[in-house]
Amino acid sequence: MRARREADGLSLWLALAWVAVVVAAAVLAGALPLRSYGALVPGVDARTPPGWRPEFLGTDAIGRSVLARVVHGARESLLVGIGSAALAMAAGLATGLAAGYFRRWVDTAIGVVLDAVLAVPALVLLIAVAAVGRRGTATIVLGLAVVGTPSFARLARASTLAVVDREYVAAARALGTRPGRILRRELLPEVVLRLAPFAFVFMAFAVVAEASLSFLGLGLPPPAPSWGGMINDGRPYLDGDPFLVFVPAVCVFLTVASFTVIGERARRRFDARESRLR
Amino acid sequence: MSGRRGGTVLRLVLPQLARTAAVLLLVGFGAAFLLDLAPGDPAFALLGEQATAEQIAATHRALHLDDPFLTRYWTWMSGVVRGDFGTSYLTGEPVMASVAARLEVTGELVLLALAGALAVSVPIGVLTAHRADGRADRAWSLVSSGLIATPPFVLALFLAYVLALKVGGLPATGWAAWADGPGANLRHAALPAATLALALVPTYSRMLRADMIATLQEDHILAARSRGLPVRRILFRHALRPSSFSLVTLTGISIGQLISGAVVVEVLFALPGLGQLVVTSVTAKDVPVVQGVVMFLAVVYCAAGAVTDVLYGCLDPRVRVRPT
Repeated sequence: MRARREADGLSLWLALAWVAVVVAAAVLAGALPLRSYGALVPGVDARTPPGWRPEFLGTDAIGRSVLARVVHGARESLLVGIGSAALAMAAGLATGLAAGYFRRWVDTAIGVVLDAVLAVPALVLLIAVAAVGRRGTATIVLGLAVVGTPSFARLARASTLAVVDREYVAAARALGTRPGRILRRELLPEVVLRLAPFAFVFMAFAVVAEASLSFLGLGLPPPAPSWGGMINDGRPYLDGDPFLVFVPAVCVFLTVASFTVIGERARRRFDARESRLR
Repeated sequence: MSGRRGGTVLRLVLPQLARTAAVLLLVGFGAAFLLDLAPGDPAFALLGEQATAEQIAATHRALHLDDPFLTRYWTWMSGVVRGDFGTSYLTGEPVMASVAARLEVTGELVLLALAGALAVSVPIGVLTAHRADGRADRAWSLVSSGLIATPPFVLALFLAYVLALKVGGLPATGWAAWADGPGANLRHAALPAATLALALVPTYSRMLRADMIATLQEDHILAARSRGLPVRRILFRHALRPSSFSLVTLTGISIGQLISGAVVVEVLFALPGLGQLVVTSVTAKDVPVVQGVVMFLAVVYCAAGAVTDVLYGCLDPRVRVRPT
């Protein structure tokens, strides 16, 4: 039991460390002494095979630095993850709180709209949004926010229902507080806390979805680097130089795993606090 | 007596039906609206860039492209209700025909993946719950965390690399219809279906494990144990059924996840399925096909929900509707 707890602690630290690395890479990508992600590495021409070794981590099929592209790719993944999670959480909070507080027809109407979003498979919806909007980070973030809103909203609604009948809410209502203020001051802080762990889980999903979209050729337009796009570019060379696929794939894997671990731990910690309160 | 019973069922089913109808109407509206926003003129996609102004105008008239949005939505929706999903801008084929032709592939993949995922995760879930926190449980928790963090397309690449390129024996791309021989069909379906199934196994087995651990602490399990029943019989005959509700719900919900996965897998393995149809028609702005496929998938999702509800009743006598 003790060994297990220590292993859990270790995995949390490793996850936080990896996220810190990704954040640092994303923020500092422009300032680091890296090669340009769009230009050929000097000394390489069109006939050089991919995986030119004098360059650390090699070169890609065209002759660009894999290291520079993977570091700059972190920016895209992180931006999409954080941006879509924040948007989806805001939208989910607004709809979920309203549905849980006002109930009746508000609840039904919101439920039907959310069900309609859920009825379309996530990636199909994302592909449709990507095809409509301008190709770029903003479109992907918006698409993912739409896909994610129902999950956040359902969680927020359930959490609202769990606290809306408590005494302090009744007290606020008895004092004549307006619904808007009750929602903001009494319910929102409680519900946000319960939603926060899920935001990490959603970020893990968003990183995968963004990579899938780039993989299908619907992500950022070239030459902008993204991990999913790099995996797709490396596919034909899987046999000769698996590094081209391996490096970005490992980045996606570690990022997703880290977000999942952090979300999981946050949820468990929150559960424990909740059970002590009761 | 029987009349009143029918009334109870209707009262339970009707609001659900109304809700489903509203959801589907909204999905159709959303699909039509979204694609209406899409840049580009479908007439260009149909006629090519060198089309003359008259040709384009004629195409617009033929396809009712100049009608107001709501008129087009209404025409389309009333067709859908009668089972007519319109015709593709690109091929001129009825949408339902091309969906039906592709459904064979995607349907087989999804069903194979579901069956495979359940066949693997039920024993794993039961055994890890039986020896919770044991060595096997901890090892599986590590493996399943790894699987959860692996995007489907990376998993597919890995499987294709190892099983098709290195070991050999399985085709890396392409599809063989059932009519070409069941062996060839299954060999082509194996890798894509395995990819989809592997993505589900970790969540399925974890869900079952959690419920099973709770069930195993109940009195009727203790009673069965004290009667000296064999462990295997207790686990699979006494504990599995009351532990399977969340798994059944999850299975119904994961239809959407499976179809998302199928999109990626079909593109990767070059399979002529619904997912590929979505990707090609979205990029070509073939609005009727996209609308048709999205509508069809939404119907499948709602139907899966209904089937889940019925299964629930079969598994748990407490939720069955009884005449009162």
